[in-house]
Amino acid sequence: MEQAIDIILLGFLVVVAIAVVKQRDLFASVILFGIYSLLSAAIFVSLDAVDVAFTEAAVGAGISSILILSTLALTSRNEKPSSHSVFLPLMVVLVTGATLVFGTLDMPAFADPEAPVHKHVAPRYIQDSYQEVGMPNIVTSVLASYRGYDTMGEVVVIFTAGVAVLLLLSSVRHKEDELSNLTDLKHHPILLNVAQILIPIILLFALYVQFHGDYGPGGGFQAGVIFAAGFILYAMIIGIDEIRKTFTPKYLHWLSVTGVVLYIGVGIVTLLLGGEFLNYNVLAEEKLTGQHWGIFLVELGVGITVTATMLSLFLSFSEVRRTP
Amino acid sequence: MISNHLPVLQVVLPLLAAPLCVLLKRSSLLWAFTLLVSILSAVIAWSLLQQTDAGIISYAIGGWAAPWGIEYRVDKLNAYVLLIVTGIGSLVMLGGRKSIEQEIDSKNLSLFYTAYLLCFAGLLGITITGDAFNVFVFLEISSLSSYALISLGRDRRALTAAYQYLVMGTIGATFILIGIGMMYMITGTLNMHDLAQRLPEAGSSRTMLTAFAFMFVGVSLKLALFPLHLWLPNAYAYAPSIVSAFLAGTATKVAVYVLLRFIFTIFGIEYAFTELPLSAILMLLAIAAILLATMSAIYESNMKRLFAYSSVAQLGYMVLGISFLSVTGLTSSLLHLFNHALMKAALFMALACVMYQQGGVMMDNLKGLGRRMPWTFAAIVIGGLSLVGVPLTVGFISKWYLLLAAIEAGQFVLVAVVLAGSLLALIYVWKLVEQGYFHSGNESITRQEAPLSMLIPTWLLVLANIYFGIDTSLTISVAQTTAEQLLGVTQ
Amino acid sequence: MSSFFDLYNYWIFIFLMMTGFYIVIAQGNLVKKIIGLNIFQTSVFLLYISMGKVSGGTAPILIEADVSYSNPLPHVLILTAIVVGVATTAVAMALIVRIQKAYGTIEEQEIHEQDASL
Repeated sequence: MEQAIDIILLGFLVVVAIAVVKQRDLFASVILFGIYSLLSAAIFVSLDAVDVAFTEAAVGAGISSILILSTLALTSRNEKPSSHSVFLPLMVVLVTGATLVFGTLDMPAFADPEAPVHKHVAPRYIQDSYQEVGMPNIVTSVLASYRGYDTMGEVVVIFTAGVAVLLLLSSVRHKEDELSNLTDLKHHPILLNVAQILIPIILLFALYVQFHGDYGPGGGFQAGVIFAAGFILYAMIIGIDEIRKTFTPKYLHWLSVTGVVLYIGVGIVTLLLGGEFLNYNVLAEEKLTGQHWGIFLVELGVGITVTATMLSLFLSFSEVRRTP
Repeated sequence: MISNHLPVLQVVLPLLAAPLCVLLKRSSLLWAFTLLVSILSAVIAWSLLQQTDAGIISYAIGGWAAPWGIEYRVDKLNAYVLLIVTGIGSLVMLGGRKSIEQEIDSKNLSLFYTAYLLCFAGLLGITITGDAFNVFVFLEISSLSSYALISLGRDRRALTAAYQYLVMGTIGATFILIGIGMMYMITGTLNMHDLAQRLPEAGSSRTMLTAFAFMFVGVSLKLALFPLHLWLPNAYAYAPSIVSAFLAGTATKVAVYVLLRFIFTIFGIEYAFTELPLSAILMLLAIAAILLATMSAIYESNMKRLFAYSSVAQLGYMVLGISFLSVTGLTSSLLHLFNHALMKAALFMALACVMYQQGGVMMDNLKGLGRRMPWTFAAIVIGGLSLVGVPLTVGFISKWYLLLAAIEAGQFVLVAVVLAGSLLALIYVWKLVEQGYFHSGNESITRQEAPLSMLIPTWLLVLANIYFGIDTSLTISVAQTTAEQLLGVTQ
Repeated sequence: MSSFFDLYNYWIFIFLMMTGFYIVIAQGNLVKKIIGLNIFQTSVFLLYISMGKVSGGTAPILIEADVSYSNPLPHVLILTAIVVGVATTAVAMALIVRIQKAYGTIEEQEIHEQDASL
């Protein structure tokens, strides 16, 4: 049964991918990509990667699609037929693909419990993380503690993207007083009523995801994206002006700086307390309490930076002048 | 106590400094702050290099031992590259203030310095880490910030150059991700040292060959190894002057480091050179890079593009040195890593001076420059001669070792290629000299020398080109020990 | 040596990856290229996650019962990679908006023609 579902999902993925190649309407391509992303999320669930599924759905089908759609609104919706020769790209793709298929021939069979990846490194996370870190969600333990430094890098990547977009779009932004409520959908009663009910629930859910990531799927990144999504929904339906007044670009940048500095700051504190960088054990008398505090704080840092940056990205695109 | 934590501070210092730029408004403060961070980083890199005399330094981040946690692992090779990146970064920043103020919109200055520090921290993070996946994360920090930095150039082509670099760079990073995934699949680990032990145990397989191929192509894209160099000339040509100087001196050097690390440390010489014909592949690509890129440079009329093509050729010399798989060959590559960083930083800084005074870096802007900006132009000429490999410059030293390596290997065709490359380089340098000294331009000549704050750092770099061309004791000894370490030769 | 059915889902992922890669290098619209890049990357994520799967395993969240868990490490790596992907998309979109303002088009061919005529 499970295998049948997988095969159907994979079949859909193939169909959607080919449709994107053929599609000339960019708007449709973006929606197809959103579907692709959502289907991938479903496959992630069937492969036991619930945290990944959560993130892929929120990011791929959510934020990425919104960003691309915002760009289309500023550029053009239709793709011109390409006069590129297809021969060279096709050869490159065929050679690359053939190399990959060649590489799979010696791979361990799918889901083989004896594969090397299950025999080295990972067993310690599965067997000992509860004693060493104290979280039921192993993904959170690895993400925030064992490989917490990668996650710090990840926060910096998001921050970098925020900085890059601010730099790029600063010269084409509206002056603050010329902003108009371009995306106002307030006069649609159904949208408005549903949004008014949904938005508080979305924000509440984001808080739950932020602080419950130790026990279930979730964590700072997912929470940040959902939080931002709540505000973006508000901006699109109820009114972008309130959001703009509350979250000025400067304020959002400060907020995203705060998150990054909080994460790195935890590392600096552990250094000062005599441990290695990001060794949370030294944060409290009890090792596990220290781990709890450390993970709580760095996840908070992630949540703050992601919320602020995602919102800032959305607002940056919405404030670009429409005239050339 | 601090000395134990130097490896992590090397990266965390600029990484923390980047967001804190938001606190500063004034251009002078931002510049002074960034310069201070760069110099402190260089001091850290210098002391790390000293510490490696006593052996490899390993730092377990988070207190988790490798391979479960992420390890910073410093040996002679990456300490040397760290020093190059931080040293060049400091000198470029020292002379950068005026040029940045002129080329970057004043309301963007704070964000510009933030992006610059992020790029700097990213490059250091790639170099110092002992974890394969961590390389990918820091690679993206440096790449994303460099796309933004490049796009800030005044010419609109800066935007398309940044876009093209973004697409090529992301394809490269994704290939690297696939390679890392396959290595993980074979061994179950991400730690480089652990990979180095487990890959040979796993025995060669088709999966391993594919992992190697994807890592190689991915890194080559980042390295701008011929024929995957197409993004580089425009990116360097249209970026703001200081960004070109910084990236030309550091980014490709770090990519060469990654190539060395994954060939020699992770896969091992045995696999890469015995089971695979890597020597021949590297040699062919290098020859093509040296000859074809140098010829493209000759026909360029935009000087930043000219020197960017020359960078592609110079990367060819480094790769050629690797292909000999001998101590002399590797020494020449490692020497050239340092020497080329000095040459290109000096040249691009001098071009920043030209840009500052003339508003452009086309051949026409050079007319009569020998009299209008004598010091700047002399810097360009000396830098150019160093590129050609004239004695008493650093360029000569690396070419000399490369020739020795070729003769040692009995490859006389390659001797000819290196000499031909140098002669071709002489053509474009002569073109510059001709414009600068013998075409006086139409308008009456007035001295318009660049401000001292830019000229002094440029000349420091030029003097370094000469100093390390004469007194080679420091560079050669570091390069040689590093080469011996990489090849596993014990004295 | 593994049999055909053990590897078929890897091959499907490879097909998907190559479809995305093809869009990136063969199509001339700047937005479309980024959509292709996203498809390419998402498919690489599928490949990674599938190697962490253990047959009969469950999601790596500890429960009382005696069960086997799938490998959490690929999940962690891909979480990071997804974030990197959206960051790249955001920067690419900002660049495209600027290119549109500067050139009045987002078709590669037309941009080249404008630059060549300078």
